[in-house]
Amino acid sequence: MKILILGASQVGISIAEVLVGEENDVTVVDIDRRPLQQLQNRLDIRTVAGHAGYPSVLRAAGAEDASLILAVTNNDEVNMVACQTAETIFGTPTKIARIRSKEYLKNPELFGADAGFYIDVVISPEVIVKDHITRLIEFPGALQVLDFADGQVQLVGVKAVAGGALIGCQLEVLGAHMPGVQTRVAAIYRDGEVITPVSETVIKEGDEVFFVAARKHIRKVMQAMRGKSDKTKRIFIAGGGNIGLNLARGLERQGYSVKLLELNPERAEKIADLVDNTVVLNGNAADAGLLLQENIEGADVFCSVTEKDEINILSAKLAKQLGAKRVMALVNRPAYVEHIEHHDINVIISPRVATIGSVLAHIRRGDVVAVHSLRRGRAEAIEAIAHGDEHSSKVIGKGVRDIPFPRGTGIGAIVRNDEVIIPSKETVIEAEDHVIIFMEDKSCISNVESLFQVDVTFI
Amino acid sequence: MHYQIVLKILGILLIIFSATHITPLLVSAIYADGNSLPFISAFSVTLFTGLILWFPVRTVKRDLRYRDGFLVVVLFWTVLAAFGALPFLLSEYHSLSLTDAFFESMSGLTTTGGTIFTHLDTLPESTLYYRQQLQWLGGMGIVVLAVAIMPMLGIGGMQLYRAETPGPMKDSKLTPRITESAKALWYIYLGLTVLCAIAYKLAGMSTFDAICHAFSTVAIGGFSTHDQSIGFFDSAAVEAVAMVFMMIAAANFSLHFLAWRNRSIRPYLRDTEYGFFLLVLGAVALLLLLTLSVQEVYSETGTTIRQGLFHLVSIATTTGYTSSGFAWWPGALPVLLILLSFMGGCAGSTAGGMKVMRVQLMYKQGKQEIVRLVHPNAVLSVKLGRQVISERVINTVTVFFSAYLLCYVLTAIALSAVGLDWVTAFSAAAACLNNLGPGLEQVAQNYAVINDAAKWILAFAMLLGRLELFTLLVLFTGTFWRD
Repeated sequence: MKILILGASQVGISIAEVLVGEENDVTVVDIDRRPLQQLQNRLDIRTVAGHAGYPSVLRAAGAEDASLILAVTNNDEVNMVACQTAETIFGTPTKIARIRSKEYLKNPELFGADAGFYIDVVISPEVIVKDHITRLIEFPGALQVLDFADGQVQLVGVKAVAGGALIGCQLEVLGAHMPGVQTRVAAIYRDGEVITPVSETVIKEGDEVFFVAARKHIRKVMQAMRGKSDKTKRIFIAGGGNIGLNLARGLERQGYSVKLLELNPERAEKIADLVDNTVVLNGNAADAGLLLQENIEGADVFCSVTEKDEINILSAKLAKQLGAKRVMALVNRPAYVEHIEHHDINVIISPRVATIGSVLAHIRRGDVVAVHSLRRGRAEAIEAIAHGDEHSSKVIGKGVRDIPFPRGTGIGAIVRNDEVIIPSKETVIEAEDHVIIFMEDKSCISNVESLFQVDVTFI
Repeated sequence: MHYQIVLKILGILLIIFSATHITPLLVSAIYADGNSLPFISAFSVTLFTGLILWFPVRTVKRDLRYRDGFLVVVLFWTVLAAFGALPFLLSEYHSLSLTDAFFESMSGLTTTGGTIFTHLDTLPESTLYYRQQLQWLGGMGIVVLAVAIMPMLGIGGMQLYRAETPGPMKDSKLTPRITESAKALWYIYLGLTVLCAIAYKLAGMSTFDAICHAFSTVAIGGFSTHDQSIGFFDSAAVEAVAMVFMMIAAANFSLHFLAWRNRSIRPYLRDTEYGFFLLVLGAVALLLLLTLSVQEVYSETGTTIRQGLFHLVSIATTTGYTSSGFAWWPGALPVLLILLSFMGGCAGSTAGGMKVMRVQLMYKQGKQEIVRLVHPNAVLSVKLGRQVISERVINTVTVFFSAYLLCYVLTAIALSAVGLDWVTAFSAAAACLNNLGPGLEQVAQNYAVINDAAKWILAFAMLLGRLELFTLLVLFTGTFWRD
């Protein structure tokens, strides 16, 4: 697939990294030549320096035969104009733009097929990250919470803790422990190694278990994995940027008691004007005295979302030392996520992993409506719709066990007319089913994609 | 330095290269020239060596670093020239010394076209074909070919590509993915070769000669299957075909790519480099034809124009075909042509020399300095067409220019030191550094008579010229090996 990425920003670069690995023709455009040069030395891509909204620049970057344009420069207006240019002059089929400003986001009629800017998908990494953190807070103990089928089904990663009812259980008897609850364990990670679950697999203490269940059942399964049901009430947020502010506003509305730390006094004042019940504190997130004075040991969640990775990591560690129950840190830099061990940080939030899914969903062949990256991008969970009929589709009319999935790949759940089905081996896929698939290794994605492509010769 | 991955790639490249011994084997079978054994042995030895290098490190997975690229490319060209020499060495039809075999192989791969064979017409067909094929493989660059067919190289492919492609600006890609770019280049190259072979055939060559000469024409090599080179055919049509395809192959291949993709000739018209090339050639042609007719070198005007233009194009593009020869022309004309080969063809072509773009940039920079004398406060930028050329590129070009001349002088002096007369030394140094082929005096026809030491020096000069100095020279610096 020929893809144009406009803007060598954090998001742009990380998306380019993922897409290059999947055999796409990627061209990156940026106004600044220097980051492009470095990028080209590192990745097998073409780079073009210039203003991303200018037709001549887009043409030089190959917009004429690009199938997807991804406008992720740091400037909303440039992104909007670039998409408009791509549509008007080059007729690019899919246009995705990053829009940060709330002013624009509040008016979705600005972006549409019939009026306004021709943008097919608006992504807003800050909103995605905010939602991501909110879900993690909603489910205490969760390492990752991913939505499928508009949130009807969720894939949750959780660490198994001693005392949980399911510890020491074989997977085939899970149902017996939780009457009325249907769930499917998609993967287990033990000491960093993946274990493909079979019915005899036993859950052990310390395992990272990824399971799929209907949203209403998630809490029960988590409780069974972790023993106690930890209630979350008091939340500390460090960093009052866009993410921190929106997070605080969302959480205070849900009834949590929120404290927000912001270093810059003017910004702190502005935030104070915008929130209702949140206590805004002006001070350093790594100031132990301030944290203790504000009763950090009583905090259920400490979430560090400043702009600086280093501050986020250190302040999260500090908060943990001082007694916060769960600490989360926002870390952008892939090297920090992958090469440093973070024993005392419960959850590392990587915006690139959280954001990339919303882009990948438009790049996957077949009708894939949602894609989520897991395990730092190594594993992937997708939601694909089965189209066609028994003849033209490779999955419709087949039992789950008869579908030739690659190793380490399996169906986690099926959503049929708003009903969540946790499939058994005999379950038969019907047309228009939303199928949620978990892949331990992303490299088999093309096999899975081709299963869900409608065979054109039969139409 | 990651020697394991370097060895692995070297091994794979050798395995691929071993396959190129199979086609001469077929030729040998078709013509029943009884010369198949050397190719069978060469094939097995190359394949086996490749497997030995590759097998112990086959599981190594690592990206090729920027630095490793230089080592792989230089090692590969050297090793390839060595293994490419095997069929010459092993054949009983022509007992070549190790030096001669290596020289011939290097001359072929670097598309120089200087030969040590004195009686080409008596050689078995398979050997003749093999020489032409070596040139063809070296023309677009066997490493570029490897990049095209080995997707596993990933970004490492870019490092290799950069170390091998000619021209001052190596970062521009035809397509986003390097394997696709390399493939595009080879498709164009292959297409041109096929067209050229058909044209030769129509011009009256035998099928064998047509294919063989198509190989060395599009590669801008200059090997021929006859002692008299193109002169053997004594046909205006053949010379015309040769000239057209030499001119095509001397253009930047990305122009061919753009023209093909957009189905238009506009890329050629807009390219200032090719325009400059034509301008220089036109100016020299005038001078040349004028001198030739005033001195009455040829009795007929028609012959003057035909011989004059053919040799001009052949030498200026660094091909090195000859018809009636040019070394005996009066006055400074032979030297003029040899000097012209320093410019060579365009960047990104199969031609040798310093490349037109560099000469053009030097010219523009010189012009700019003159403007600065008149307007001391002028703000100036060097442009090619509408593209502004960065200071960095200009500096590299200046340094390249000086380094090239230095290498040339040093090679010539080294040649004199080992006993060559000075005309032979200076012309042979130019002919090999520019990947041209024929020189003057002793080396006007072939390189058979010069001594072994001179041949090794010249083989080094050929590689130096083909890899545009720095890729090779960087290996002789301390910085490269220090970590």
